[in-house]
Amino acid sequence: MSGLNGLTLAVPRGALMGDTLALLDRLGVDTAEVRSNERRLLFREAGIVTMRPSDVATYVEAGAAEVGITGKDVLAEQPERAVYELLDLRFGPCVMVVATTAGDDRLAEALRRLGVMRVATKYPRIAARHFERTGRQAEIVEVKGSVELAPLTGLAEGIVDLTATGSTLRENGLVVREEILASTARLIANPVAHKLKAAAVDDLVARMRAALGGGDARGPEARDGDARARGAAR
Amino acid sequence: MREVHAVVESMRRVFEARGYGEVHTPALEYEQVLTRGDPAAADPAYKLFDEQGNVLVLRSDMTIPIARVVSTRYATAGPPLRFCYVAHAYRSVRPQRGQDREMLQAGVELVGMPGPEGTVEALRVLCEALDATGLEGYRVGLGDASLYPALLAAHGVPAAARAEILHELQARDLVGLERAVEGLRLGAAATEALTSVPQRRGGAEVLDAAGPAADGLRAVHGALPAGVAERVILDLGLARSLAYYTGAVFEVYDAALGAPLGGGGRYDDLLGRFGRDLPAAGWALNVERLHIALVGERRGEQP
Repeated sequence: MSGLNGLTLAVPRGALMGDTLALLDRLGVDTAEVRSNERRLLFREAGIVTMRPSDVATYVEAGAAEVGITGKDVLAEQPERAVYELLDLRFGPCVMVVATTAGDDRLAEALRRLGVMRVATKYPRIAARHFERTGRQAEIVEVKGSVELAPLTGLAEGIVDLTATGSTLRENGLVVREEILASTARLIANPVAHKLKAAAVDDLVARMRAALGGGDARGPEARDGDARARGAAR
Repeated sequence: MREVHAVVESMRRVFEARGYGEVHTPALEYEQVLTRGDPAAADPAYKLFDEQGNVLVLRSDMTIPIARVVSTRYATAGPPLRFCYVAHAYRSVRPQRGQDREMLQAGVELVGMPGPEGTVEALRVLCEALDATGLEGYRVGLGDASLYPALLAAHGVPAAARAEILHELQARDLVGLERAVEGLRLGAAATEALTSVPQRRGGAEVLDAAGPAADGLRAVHGALPAGVAERVILDLGLARSLAYYTGAVFEVYDAALGAPLGGGGRYDDLLGRFGRDLPAAGWALNVERLHIALVGERRGEQP
């Protein structure tokens, strides 16, 4: 089999798009049209639809795309989505962190003196689960845009956000206090397509595994999606 | 509603012909009845109180209410007992996901006939009911809820680690499952078996990979009539969310819809919790999803 084996793949726009298209090139998928056309969303001949990473799980769960690529952060924020997580693609590494302004830990202070801390985030469910697991009362403030602004303006004492290099945090005078989960790109599949098109899906997984180098698709982190082993207690 | 009625009536005729008697139970059950069946399965989203302060819930499926009926109204009837129903069940939803709080289910429960014989009959009636609705392209995924736990035990996985691995399987997270298995450092052969078996789906050849853990599935598969066997996709990793399944489990797929149309399985321990210890199997189809798939097939739609 070749290309996408007749499957429709949801490709994330944004930070994961470059590595995704590079991987597809190695599988023999013609991505020239996708690269040359910023505004078009649907590339039927190549079997590709493009969308925001956070929408990939929505389209794949509904079967509007049979397979998709998105970050583990998106999947962890929407854990009840009925999709198969098939392969760690290892690119797009980043970490979900708790951060505050440098200096005294304002979150710890708020918890000690007020009994509750305010945390701004674009990932309300990951954040709520993390503080629940670690036994701290937190009021989650959901924001849509640059979350770094929240602790600087007094909207919240801290943030939960995704960081790749930490430079945006640093530029805004924020420091990482805890790591919640490590994220990389994942290949996901619709549960019905996973059964009815098993051969096509399995072959795509095998070829992606091979293209990523060797049979070992493990990411650099021992175990992500799980705060237990990581810096929750730091 | 005319199309939905036609779907339901075509299935009812099959139930009738196969000797399944229709039962009605109230939409409201005592909470303690549902949680006795299965604390997780009940997951009753909608609760209210009666005049005495008892907690009442809207049923989330028909299997547990029928298990209650068997032990009360049919306490002395000789098995096998054949029940069918067309009834609404209620589930919690997440807003803006296009999910229904109320769903119409059509299904059967075959009580007092053990596997593989009882499982085969349940699957045969399932396929006959689907055929009767006019659905053409459906397939039935067939797995076994006891297969992977048996495989974990056979490879000496400690009980504490089993729960985590089974959780990953149920969450369909094969990356997490692979990591959890590799973290146990069981050696290459065991690691390979435990990571590859749940991904095996296809014809009878997939059974070879699972060894004696697949004996139950082998017996069912070997006894399927041809019309059913050609619809079946064996799926060694099939895990349904309800905890009361003890053996064969199945799900119905159609290319015209991105979600299963329904499913079921064997629950040999459930009725005992209500005082009448009988093996049983059953399934339910979501009538609205079935309707969507029928419309989609007639339009020639593929997702």
